[in-house]
Amino acid sequence: MKIISFGITKDITGSLLLDFNMGENPVSIADLKEGLFNKYPKLRGLSTLSIAVNNKYATNETIVHNQDEVALIPPVSGG
Amino acid sequence: MNQERYAKQIKLKGFGLPAQQRLQDSKVLIVGAGGLGTPCAQYLNGVGVGTIGLIDEDVISLSNLPRQTLFNEVEIGLSKVEVLAKKLSIQNTATHFICYKTFLTPVNAIAIISEYDIVVDASDNFGTRYLVNDSCVLLNKPFIYGALYSFEGQVSVLNYNNGPSYRCLFPEPTMPSNIPNCDDNGVLGVLPALIGTYQAIETIKIITGVGMPLSGQLLIIDTLSQTHFKITVYAKPENFLITQLKSTYMVPECTMLVSSIDASTLKEWQQVEKKMTLIDVRTATEFSTAHWPSAINIPLIDLPFRYSEIDFNLPIVTICQTGSRSKQAALYLIKETVAQQVFNLQGGLQLIL
Repeated sequence: MKIISFGITKDITGSLLLDFNMGENPVSIADLKEGLFNKYPKLRGLSTLSIAVNNKYATNETIVHNQDEVALIPPVSGG
Repeated sequence: MNQERYAKQIKLKGFGLPAQQRLQDSKVLIVGAGGLGTPCAQYLNGVGVGTIGLIDEDVISLSNLPRQTLFNEVEIGLSKVEVLAKKLSIQNTATHFICYKTFLTPVNAIAIISEYDIVVDASDNFGTRYLVNDSCVLLNKPFIYGALYSFEGQVSVLNYNNGPSYRCLFPEPTMPSNIPNCDDNGVLGVLPALIGTYQAIETIKIITGVGMPLSGQLLIIDTLSQTHFKITVYAKPENFLITQLKSTYMVPECTMLVSSIDASTLKEWQQVEKKMTLIDVRTATEFSTAHWPSAINIPLIDLPFRYSEIDFNLPIVTICQTGSRSKQAALYLIKETVAQQVFNLQGGLQLIL
């Protein structure tokens, strides 16, 4: 599954784009988050993290497939 | 209106005199006269927005100059809004400027924002962003969101025609944010100008009705790869049930409310056996790896639930790995508890352990 990491999540995962293997079966965003948190524990510390699937905001219940593109969107405050 | 001055934009297809007149009649408030606010104000002034409000308590500092290029070295220490209004009114004498030499607060927000048609959120901290959002939702005003992180920027039109609000983009955390700001993380001079100018374009689109505003969409621009991502965002009805402002929002993180000490000061205090409470706000795992001998561990995320464990009669020193989380902890203790003396260990434990 293709993961795009914005803002601080890019600093945590180390790159804008990465491939993340959640197996062949569809999973919920909640499960995907848990998988990502296990691989990148610092993500768990973010108090707000929005997720988009195929360029649309998603919820914890949204189901993602291996061919989907998931974006990690943390808030940013700079100005 | 001086038609000769605006001839080039009046002749644009779909624009014409009516759109120019709408710009002339419009009142725009720009919250923050920094990296985003200055370029945005510059172009709104240029295109002929009739009334521009500028609100910011900050004064110009040396480290502003790489990105706030309207300001110069001899103006260091002067009020940003006053210098900006003075310069822009020379560029366009027809613009009516209203300056507020203060930060936007829950006390002044409703009175100020209600005077305007549209708000540009050019602030630099989460507290002001939620305050702008809640005020605009209460007053039913659209606002143009822009924000930065490192080489990335975000832009969106919020609270417009039943579209999403800032709370639909990012639900408010219950904790001080753990996202570094520009002060901690740095920003390249060019990026705020780019994002601030995008905010100006969206403002003009809303005023004139030309084009498709970025409502219901979050534009994320990554300048390192020069990629634009447009993410569809949905309005959540529960985010529009606001009936009044909160009494406090987080204070601007870019202001220096938190006193800092460096590692050598901390060592000196330890040597003279100064009485103090050292709070290590890293995670339990980090704490168990290595920690300052007399420190107690209250992870940042637990602080709202565990601050009663702290002896507020003693000076408090907050510490973490780099000095960033501990700064947020210090800010939290100052704002939310009876703590009087709070110091952040600048640079963090990485410099001493």
